[in-house]
Amino acid sequence: MKLIKLVLVICLAYSATVFGLTPEEQGLAIAKEADKRDTGFGDSKADLTMLLKNRHGEESIRYIRLRTLEVDGDGDKSMSIFDRPRDVKGTAFLSFTHKTDSDDQWLYLPALKRVKRISSRNKSGSFMGSEFAYEDLSSQEIEKYTYKYIKDERCGDSDCFVVERYPVDELSGYTRQVAWIDKKEYRPYKIVFYDRKNALLKTLTYTDYQQYLGRYWRADKMFMENHQTGKTTLLSWKDYKFGNGLSERDFDRNSLKRAR
Amino acid sequence: MRLRLLFALSCLSCSISLHAAEGEWSGYLAGEWKAFLSAPLSDEQHGDTTSMSAQAEYYKSWNNRKQSFRFTPFLRIDGRDNQRSHFDVRELNWTTVHDSWELTAGIGKVFWGVTESQHLVDIINQTDLVESIDGEEKLGQAMLKFSLVQDWGNVDLFILPGFRERTFPSRQGRLRTAAAVAVNQAEYGSSHGRDNVDAAIRWTKTLGDWDVGVSHFSGTSREPRFKPALDKGRTVLIPIYDTIDQTALELQATKDDWLWKLEMVSRSGFGNRYTAATGGFEYTLYGIADSGIDLGLIAEYLYDDRNKSATTPFEDDIFLGARLAFNDAASSELLAGIIMDLDDSSRVMSIEASRRLGDSWKINLEGRFFSNIDRQNSLLSFDKDDFVQIELAWYF
Repeated sequence: MKLIKLVLVICLAYSATVFGLTPEEQGLAIAKEADKRDTGFGDSKADLTMLLKNRHGEESIRYIRLRTLEVDGDGDKSMSIFDRPRDVKGTAFLSFTHKTDSDDQWLYLPALKRVKRISSRNKSGSFMGSEFAYEDLSSQEIEKYTYKYIKDERCGDSDCFVVERYPVDELSGYTRQVAWIDKKEYRPYKIVFYDRKNALLKTLTYTDYQQYLGRYWRADKMFMENHQTGKTTLLSWKDYKFGNGLSERDFDRNSLKRAR
Repeated sequence: MRLRLLFALSCLSCSISLHAAEGEWSGYLAGEWKAFLSAPLSDEQHGDTTSMSAQAEYYKSWNNRKQSFRFTPFLRIDGRDNQRSHFDVRELNWTTVHDSWELTAGIGKVFWGVTESQHLVDIINQTDLVESIDGEEKLGQAMLKFSLVQDWGNVDLFILPGFRERTFPSRQGRLRTAAAVAVNQAEYGSSHGRDNVDAAIRWTKTLGDWDVGVSHFSGTSREPRFKPALDKGRTVLIPIYDTIDQTALELQATKDDWLWKLEMVSRSGFGNRYTAATGGFEYTLYGIADSGIDLGLIAEYLYDDRNKSATTPFEDDIFLGARLAFNDAASSELLAGIIMDLDDSSRVMSIEASRRLGDSWKINLEGRFFSNIDRQNSLLSFDKDDFVQIELAWYF
């Protein structure tokens, strides 16, 4: 059965032109396959270190713990708990992503013990002063972009599809993203972001992939470089854990108030 | 008081004895310098002042975060006002979490509400007024809190023993009532006095873009009335804590860039039954002029149907505010606002700004300015208390 699937996928991807698929259909097919391969993980936990550097080399560090719950037929639910900088320790961010509707987001401010429902329109804004925008870190649903297959290209030791994707949401900070997806595992290798004026903005590089549960790939390092400001952000992921038995209850307003 | 101590000790001892494994400490130490821009109304009141504050938090969880223990002591030492110097246990509680319910026992802090200019609905904790006149600093409250988590919403039930009196500046303090408050002479509406056990219930639910809360509080009012009296030849204000019933509504609609907010309370037992409300919006412009800076515009109307006989200065007032979030590595922020009385044109302006310095330091600037205060407005006693304040905090 697996073999048949694999053969089908290979047929779909490689023989697209033979079957008369347009570049748009090819791009979508690649996105769907990548999404399918990452479906079924259930839940995950991970520790994140963000290293921010400006063009003068000044560094600033953030520690965040992330919990994610896969939701059938909708976007993921996620909880981010901030440990450093120390003045924001205990701050927590709860997000319900949706495939097409705007996301639901709540912020917990520990000094006041206040849960605030916040607007999710801030897609292009910086996450914690880093070079990652909220939209770069939120759950990557197929429906959030339209696609176009460009070409095949060598990427490191692998072969990649080069696919352009165009954000559907007009609030996105990008006109387009060019993604290199490796042909074997359908993992992102590199993404180049173009701003609203279609000028080169950022490059995101994924390295040190690890496989979990014999199936799901996660990059230990994600390096974002802003070509316009010279600032960089390195995300280092540690202690990925899958199958934690997390439920909806771990992603509600009550759990947000308790998050530590 | 005894009950509160019992609560605290029992939860402290059980969690420490059974689970004397490693927890974690965090917190801050801060120094504050406050400069007043005018001479005080009364010669007795002090001038510029410095003070120190510290807060620590011990947190420990076990059984896969299903149980946790928290201890948060707070201390302020003020250079000029001995009543502003105080120690408080903000939190000392144990929480157990289950699929459909949670229980917290001990001293805790709870926030209710959605609006920015004032917090009408927030009633569980007493205001630590000497910390700030904005009413956002709270004293720890002994509580048994039972939360039910269901599809039809969350219900929180509170039993609140051990009433806390509001803190007030001393006769030498600034930002006080025209006559100082005689904090040792508080009177109570209930025959049980401060030992009256209060109760509250709150239902909350998220319905799509709407967040709704309905609550009822029955017990000792956190807000006192005042009765003038003579104490050693001086006029003082004696705080009277009535027994009240307060029903409240909180609403927020999150519609794209617009947050629409409403808080409403109806209170009886505090003079005649009255209704007060705060409502308005916050509209955010994200990434203004391609800068990455967000600008939030806030407008709220503050209403109280007691009009000029209200115990608050905000009975027919409008709040206009602007919030700038720079979204930079230092998390720089600025909030400026003005509350204007629509009847007598009294104005309170405030500005708050903060940014991180390095990894562990933070600087906070605050200023409050009272202008055009009408002789009938209860803010009159603050008229000469315009101030700017710098706080430098070190976090650990």
